[in-house]
Amino acid sequence: MFWDEAIETIKPAELRILQEKRLRETITRCMKVGFYQEMFRREGINPSDIRTLDDLKKIPFTRKSDLREGYPFGFMAVPLQEVVRIHTTSGTTGKPTVVGYTKGDIENWSGLIARNLTMIGLTNQDVFQNMVNMGMFTGGLGFHYGSEKAGITTLPAGTGNTKRQIEMIHDFGVTAIHCTPSYGLHLAEAATEMKMDLSSLRIGIFGAEPWSEKTRNELQKKLGVEAFDSYGMSELYGPGVAFECPEHKGLHIWHDSYLVEIIDPVSGKTLGPGERGELVVTPLVKEAMPLLRYRTGDITMIMEDACPCGRGPKLARFTGRSDDMLVIRGINVFPSQIEHVLLAIPEVGNHYMVYVDRINHMDEMTIEVEVSRDNFHGELADLKKVQNKVIKSLRDVLELRTTVHLVEPGTLPRFEGKAKRVVDRRGAD
Amino acid sequence: MNCEQYMIRQISLFSENKPGRLAALAKACQEENVNILAFSIAEADGFGVIRVLVDKPDVAFSRLTALGFNVAFTHVIAVLMRDEPGGLFEIASKLSDAGINIDYSYAFSGKNKAILILRVDKVEEAIKLLLSHSFTLIATDSIQ
Amino acid sequence: MRCWDPRIEEMPKEELQKLQFKLLKTLIYKVYSFSPFYHKRMKEAAVHPDDITCLSDIKRLPFMFKKDLRDTYPDGMIMSEQEELVRYHVSSGTTGKPTVVGYTKNDIYNWSESLARGLTSAGIGRGDVMQVSYGYGLFTGGLGLHYGAERIGATVLPTSVGNTERQIELMQDLRVTAIACTPSYLLHMGEVADKMGVSIKNNTLLRKAIVGAEPWSEQMRIRIRDWLGVDAYDVYGTSELSGPLFCECEYQQGFHVWSDLIYPEILDPDTQEPLPPGKRGELVVTMLQKDGLPIIRYRTGDITTIREEPCPCGRTHPRLERLSGRVDDMLIIRGINVFPSQIEHALLGIPDVGEHFMIEIDRKGALDEMLIKVELAKEAFSDKIADLIHTKKNVEKTLKNALNVQVSVELTEPGTLPRFEGKAKRVIDRRLI
Repeated sequence: MFWDEAIETIKPAELRILQEKRLRETITRCMKVGFYQEMFRREGINPSDIRTLDDLKKIPFTRKSDLREGYPFGFMAVPLQEVVRIHTTSGTTGKPTVVGYTKGDIENWSGLIARNLTMIGLTNQDVFQNMVNMGMFTGGLGFHYGSEKAGITTLPAGTGNTKRQIEMIHDFGVTAIHCTPSYGLHLAEAATEMKMDLSSLRIGIFGAEPWSEKTRNELQKKLGVEAFDSYGMSELYGPGVAFECPEHKGLHIWHDSYLVEIIDPVSGKTLGPGERGELVVTPLVKEAMPLLRYRTGDITMIMEDACPCGRGPKLARFTGRSDDMLVIRGINVFPSQIEHVLLAIPEVGNHYMVYVDRINHMDEMTIEVEVSRDNFHGELADLKKVQNKVIKSLRDVLELRTTVHLVEPGTLPRFEGKAKRVVDRRGAD
Repeated sequence: MNCEQYMIRQISLFSENKPGRLAALAKACQEENVNILAFSIAEADGFGVIRVLVDKPDVAFSRLTALGFNVAFTHVIAVLMRDEPGGLFEIASKLSDAGINIDYSYAFSGKNKAILILRVDKVEEAIKLLLSHSFTLIATDSIQ
Repeated sequence: MRCWDPRIEEMPKEELQKLQFKLLKTLIYKVYSFSPFYHKRMKEAAVHPDDITCLSDIKRLPFMFKKDLRDTYPDGMIMSEQEELVRYHVSSGTTGKPTVVGYTKNDIYNWSESLARGLTSAGIGRGDVMQVSYGYGLFTGGLGLHYGAERIGATVLPTSVGNTERQIELMQDLRVTAIACTPSYLLHMGEVADKMGVSIKNNTLLRKAIVGAEPWSEQMRIRIRDWLGVDAYDVYGTSELSGPLFCECEYQQGFHVWSDLIYPEILDPDTQEPLPPGKRGELVVTMLQKDGLPIIRYRTGDITTIREEPCPCGRTHPRLERLSGRVDDMLIIRGINVFPSQIEHALLGIPDVGEHFMIEIDRKGALDEMLIKVELAKEAFSDKIADLIHTKKNVEKTLKNALNVQVSVELTEPGTLPRFEGKAKRVIDRRLI
């Protein structure tokens, strides 16, 4: 099924013309952004030099850390009156990354998600339970708007309260769900424990963290759904950038809206189809916050073979990151954020260790931190307060619940050179 | 009245809840020839506080600090208790009547007497109250 | 902009009443034909749609109660087919089963439209950056205000609840001019901002607040104005009616209830007789254009009064005054409705604690704190403090899941909580509004 068949199955020659037209429009929009004006001046690029897809390589990459420089509105290409929505996502340190949307952006984005949902067979007969965080996290409102646009009955369930989630699936005859793959497995187990029947489910959309074929089998078997992989990131609108079709062999990325390159993350050299590297994206329809050659940090490749469904070239499933970003329960965490938080709490030291485990399918992050000598008064209650303060500060910045262990001063490893503070004990999947 | 002589310095020590921590503390005391008069352990979530009364608190404090422990002094009071039924009640009921809360407490019973160690919310009030009811409080200089 | 939809908002009263009657007639025929629930109710009351010949004939129709939603759970009162429904919201019911509200595209449109009118009448519009600090998701506050603010072209910042320090940073950094939240959360933000060394009055651009979902007072309005430099406007609505729907205009003397969307009645809760304008009683609501979940003579349990006299703003629609209480024992904690019966129901499912409980409510700083005291069962005692902490946390989590609101639990010794014969008085509410 197609939401917009003409554009989803556009011929390569026509696509190239559309992409080049939209690239030029994007360059024009970028010229309203100080960061890009400065970049073009520094590199000696004239906006009119960028006419074709081949010209793209003249432009340097944009990195997540560049976005920090522009905080909060430095990357907006339109006046604030035209921005109808702001989302924020985790930055690499204390300040978040700000993403703005025009009315047109919200429509484009919802349209892309409606395409995806239609592609996997959802219609206005379906009831869709959206079990990710609503609010600042783009996964929630993104799917909400797309699904409502497609006329699907949408349950904005949010996260948590697994018992109620299961009751709702059962009581409302929910046919499709969206959550992280680990929450999907957790849900299946909880349903078994509650002896609840989830047989109304037929489709599961799983995203926000990478998952394997082994996990797919488990999700399909335990939840009785056909499992679909979903990819996106807030800087590129949010979810909906790339999505599996019912062939389940790679993810369709919407080439009319996103220009795709794969590069060697070290040399920056462009790689061809079939070669694995970092995904670099130039969004083609973003109005409020256009970006050029954005380094996603995600590792994938462009697949060589055509898809029987008739849509364009696919990306292989994602296999990792080119940087030290962690994905914990669907939330992106940079170790630099943790460091930043601890620096602001005098009761604990600045050395820390991060342990990531998967317990009952759910990611658990444990942070060990030393109690500072200067602030110890001998009271158990004070120590509990320090522990809670660290938990709260981490939750505020990372938007994530963590376990914090207070350890004795001087006991954590000290690193010279590159610190190895993260011990990820989750299995390969 | 000088209440300070009855405020005994207890060593409170932050410890992770794992094997070997109490042994490390005890070894340090032995090496410094510090006698442990009483102690207790309070546990929380993955960590705890070890509370110790010793005869040479300053020696113990500096040695434990040098070993890397997080150490602090806390003021407690130690009261002689009749080692027979009703002994504890006499003390607890007086504090209760005066509205003084016991944050925590531990006790030991020796040859013919028992000692109750108390951490209360109103230290001076408690000292005055117990003395006025003719209880014997241990003075700091008699043990430390 | 003065009015969002001047044609409706300034329509002469007689025309509005004609429109209301037309809409009411259509509604009654529709539910009689398509809603088995209302059909049965009307049959039982021996009323036929043809019997409704003027607006005041509405009193011949039977009442509808929150209990009806529970009894017909999950979708017995939903009139639209699945393909017409685009959303469900779910709120806590009086015991275990929640209340389900289904929305068609048109329901969402009318809901957003109602708030677009209200927000405009409060002086908010394009160019404003509006932080929505109501909870997003199944609770209607977040998405409701979100859609309303988006409709009028404001820049929406969907912060949802929690993480107050971050909210204040964003308020400053993203030049927020308006906020939607509970009144107590606004005051809490003021306190947290003060602690951070940020004066909302002097260091932010925040000027207007749309506050509701819990009772508040004129004194709070003055405090918010003097201390935070923010003009606060009351907003009213419950999930059964769609969600937050009506908000005060610039004159801040009650909220305009849009006559093309709602037909309000004020009744004496005991005799169920209509009360004249100016007299306080229970608000009973008929929603004139709601398809997904039709609402006819719904007993809201809220106490207020209606004002028919013209408003200086020129809008012809009547106003409801600030709510002054409830006819039942429902509590509002941080904007969330809580029934003591829900707590009882949740505690019955936890073997570690007894079934007797006490609820103590305080306002610590600006925020409501609900403490539930419950007796530790003899079998659940452990001499490991960690076990007791675990039991306490488990009870807190179960109650949070049942009530959707954070609670503190105090474990007490068995047999120490009061036992009641007859009517139990389990709630000690120490808040001063």
